[in-house]
Amino acid sequence: MDPARSDAALVEDLIAGRPGAFEEFVELYWPKLFQYSYLMCGQREDAEEVTQETLLKVFEKLDQLREPERFKAWVFRIARNACYMKRRKSVFAPVQELSLDELMPVTQEDGDQRRLEIADWSSLPEDIALQSELRERLEAAIQSLPEIYRAVLILRDIEGLSTQETAEVLDITEDAVKTRLHRARLAVRSYLDEYLRTAGART
Amino acid sequence: MKLERCQDVFALLSQYLDHELPADLCDQIEAHIADCPPCVAFLESLRKTVELCRKLQAGGVPAAARDEHRRALQEAYQRFLREHGGCSDSSNS
Ligand SMILES: [Zn+2]
Repeated sequence: MDPARSDAALVEDLIAGRPGAFEEFVELYWPKLFQYSYLMCGQREDAEEVTQETLLKVFEKLDQLREPERFKAWVFRIARNACYMKRRKSVFAPVQELSLDELMPVTQEDGDQRRLEIADWSSLPEDIALQSELRERLEAAIQSLPEIYRAVLILRDIEGLSTQETAEVLDITEDAVKTRLHRARLAVRSYLDEYLRTAGART
Repeated sequence: MKLERCQDVFALLSQYLDHELPADLCDQIEAHIADCPPCVAFLESLRKTVELCRKLQAGGVPAAARDEHRRALQEAYQRFLREHGGCSDSSNS
């Protein structure tokens, strides 16, 4: 099933008050929004509040939704604003840029061979859910990203929004989404690479 | 655009993984990595990074909203239906 279509169908049911639509919606969006808010805000308590505030806003503004097929982007826009409101009360980090050069791996010419300094990634488990240490490392890597990169990576790679939807949520161009996503992934990659090397050295 | 160095390839690998590149760049990347183990290793590590992100259940996501939250949401939803809802479709259920 096309996920965009199923979202649109769900929101139509929700607006029409069809039985089961509310439960389905809350079951689907609560975990998504909690995860998003947690990675954006960094605290479970804040994430719970942001999630609840977002969903309350969704019902409050549902009559203003013009394009049901863009429901997901619309919901995440509300969540983004709720996160900003929450964080305005705490520290507001200045915009930081990630430099591409620093994230690129270094290749060395070794005679006529090119070599790359890289960890052994084949040792990574397939199922991250089973590996809580790796999960924590990945979360820490994501949370350490400067905000403009973190926001893109979470929406694209974790919540599964398209490039276009992500651009809509964040009010930036699709090219900016692509550039920031690449840098965010490179930064997370190099964080994990570092982790794998030290983990490899330990065992 | 001509991809001559590994660094040129590295710069495009996210778009390559996301199938967002024009065909000619795709072909150039594939031609390059066919003959470049460092780029293959790097591409695999990036692919795995993205895969792990997709599977992440951050913060030990709770399965559902707590009861008091759910009740408040239910009320907000009922308010919406009273004020704006198309009750016509569900009146016979
Ligand atoms: Zn190469």
